[in-house]
Amino acid sequence: MSVQAASLPVGAQAKKPRLRLRPTRLVLNIVLAAIAIFWLVPSIGIAIISLRPNSAFEQSGWWTVLTAPAQLTFSNYQGLFSAGFKPGQVLDSLTTSIAITVPVTILVTVISSLTAYSLVFGRWKGRTLVFLLIVAMLVLPLQMALIPVASLYKVVDTSTGLHLFGSLIGAIIFHVAFGLPFGIFLMRNFYSGIPHDLLEAGRIDGAGEWTLFRKVVMPIGIPALASLAIFQFIWVWNDLLVALIFLGNSSHITLTMFLYGQTRALANNYYIISSGAMISIIVPLIVFFAFQRYFVRGVLAGAVK
Amino acid sequence: MAVAVPTTESLATSSTEILPTASTPAGGGGFRSHLGSLLFLLPGAVWLAIIVVYPFIATVVRSLFDASGQNFVGLTNYKAIFSTTDIIVSLKNNVVWVVLFPFLVTFFGLVFAVLTERIRWSTAFKTIVFMPLVFSATAAGLTWASIFFIDPHTGMVNAAVQGVSNAVSPPGLYPIDPTTGQTVAGLAATGVQSGPGGTLESKTTVGAGGTLELGLIAISPSELQQNGAVVAVAPTATSGAVTGLVWRDFSPTHPTQRGQVFPDEDGIPGLHLSLVGSSGSATATTTTATNGTFKFDGVGSGNYRVQIDASNFHAGFSGIFFLGTQSLTPTSSLSPTEQAILSLPIVDIAMIIAYLWIWAGFAMVVIGAGLAALNREVLEAAQIDGASEWQTLRRVTVPMLMPVLVVVFVTMLINVLKIFDIILNMAAPSSQAGAATIAVDIYNEFSSPTGQGLAAALAVVLFVLVVPAMLFNLKRIRG
Repeated sequence: MSVQAASLPVGAQAKKPRLRLRPTRLVLNIVLAAIAIFWLVPSIGIAIISLRPNSAFEQSGWWTVLTAPAQLTFSNYQGLFSAGFKPGQVLDSLTTSIAITVPVTILVTVISSLTAYSLVFGRWKGRTLVFLLIVAMLVLPLQMALIPVASLYKVVDTSTGLHLFGSLIGAIIFHVAFGLPFGIFLMRNFYSGIPHDLLEAGRIDGAGEWTLFRKVVMPIGIPALASLAIFQFIWVWNDLLVALIFLGNSSHITLTMFLYGQTRALANNYYIISSGAMISIIVPLIVFFAFQRYFVRGVLAGAVK
Repeated sequence: MAVAVPTTESLATSSTEILPTASTPAGGGGFRSHLGSLLFLLPGAVWLAIIVVYPFIATVVRSLFDASGQNFVGLTNYKAIFSTTDIIVSLKNNVVWVVLFPFLVTFFGLVFAVLTERIRWSTAFKTIVFMPLVFSATAAGLTWASIFFIDPHTGMVNAAVQGVSNAVSPPGLYPIDPTTGQTVAGLAATGVQSGPGGTLESKTTVGAGGTLELGLIAISPSELQQNGAVVAVAPTATSGAVTGLVWRDFSPTHPTQRGQVFPDEDGIPGLHLSLVGSSGSATATTTTATNGTFKFDGVGSGNYRVQIDASNFHAGFSGIFFLGTQSLTPTSSLSPTEQAILSLPIVDIAMIIAYLWIWAGFAMVVIGAGLAALNREVLEAAQIDGASEWQTLRRVTVPMLMPVLVVVFVTMLINVLKIFDIILNMAAPSSQAGAATIAVDIYNEFSSPTGQGLAAALAVVLFVLVVPAMLFNLKRIRG
């Protein structure tokens, strides 16, 4: 390639010395700094709003903090936490969000690895077809499943007394189903890179499939599993639609539902909304900064969802 | 063999193959029995069959039945979609999102990815821009709603607009609010009538040595207090000058009596006045004192009127309702259906800005990874051949990046087709209907007792819209 490029006829242009002006670099740095500040302002704004008393919120913008930092207070958070674990309050929705997100994350990672193992190392026919079906499901709108699943849940509820519609279990089951296509896709692509000889060696030593999965494939797949787990965690944590559909009439609500409910209250309650939003942001933010590289990998691999 | 998940990268160093290609196992290995492989497949397959595949088919069937699900109605639900104004509005909004968002986010992603390669603090920049991606659209929507608050005291954008507006044309000391039906003429009480160009003027003319008493009403006591008003004092005639008083012609002790200066009535300070001759042009200007009195010195012969300038009543900028029902395109004269199709709600634009804030980091990182994986030799060759940075970018980098740009574009296209939570959380209650999309309609119809058939049909429409993207992915992954 370089040879070809070098042999290209050299035009008059080429003789001109290339302009590498210092001022250009300075302008570039200033422009990007301005963009970075623009990107930070909303987060800083909501954080400061959450730290100002409601009376101050109605009177002046959060940016007045720059000249009067003394107005900052944790009273909004104290107010939210003092309500305790009552259904519909912040602490209850925080635990509800955790109670949904953690099981979904575990189930999706485990089941995806199993399925991907079968797709990569299995010998059955139709593996490619199943994989393409999984790829098709990647972009399938989950709206296509809402009505039948809700009906299915209600049938199960009446026939067995098990409570699915309006319960955390129902939301978890639905989340897992729509997390699986991406999980299987990601794990399958990762497992495809594992040399089959590695498994053959294990087989010759008499290891069973379950042993090979647990002792050989799973350990190698840990980076991919971490990406998947983090991606899935943040995805489910931030969900509003599934929660509204399956928990809309229940007493336990997720954090996103709590925030949404507050916006519908039509009251001047931004002191609740802003501090609630901060609580909902903090968790994925910690996950992001702790596992940044895994999250970025998941994002890159999942540039299809 | 391409591995989808790169082994080492973070925001600092994102470089490796990011487009996974299908790869078939290189033979050998495999399960000893079909039973083993099926056991591993079982949980995922059963789960997907019950919660994804079966419901998919059931929804298609359900869309052909009425709200109760008992009666077959053929394509009635689909006809309803394209004849219901509210749903046409949603389809229109989806079109607005689809036309604007994927293009803009890919553009910003490309620009950021290219520019960050040239600075030393690119990791910090990427982290800052990427961070909103982990926020929920709910939290991000609420955050941006606060930025677009209508009140310039609390909404940042309106505060900025107000700052500029006040610098260009400052508000008067006694602003009137036209939105509540207030008019300048409505302020006139005694000896005053409305003059040209939003001014007030004295009813009678006056010459040198004359006095005028001009009474206004509907001036709030708090405004007077702010401007330092004191008790009104009747003017004294001065030779060679026009003197007078402008006062608040309302006495709490004599609430019905006008035209008389009572001891509990204040002067109106700070008013800009002009002395206008018979030609209609101002010959002198002055400002009322704290007790409301004014004096034009050195007045020549002839008759004059005293004019209270329009600037005194100029209402400053009071905020644009970005999240309300206003449309960028003037459509009020059109029929409801035409309005539904042609209006471009401002709130759509506000939400697209917020959504760009969330997703530009995604585009930047994916494109940045593609950029890092480019063949450096080709780029260097182009530069050696004398191509400027801009030419290299346009003629070499972008064409080579095209596959990645298309992936980002398609991913974002799918994303905004399903756009939901940002609308629920950002559009004001008044503009929810005007800002709705298909996904919002599906949620609303699902929750309504009579909407399940329609919700199913809308879901099928959404699915059909996603099909091209689905085929694109299948084609890409098969290689």
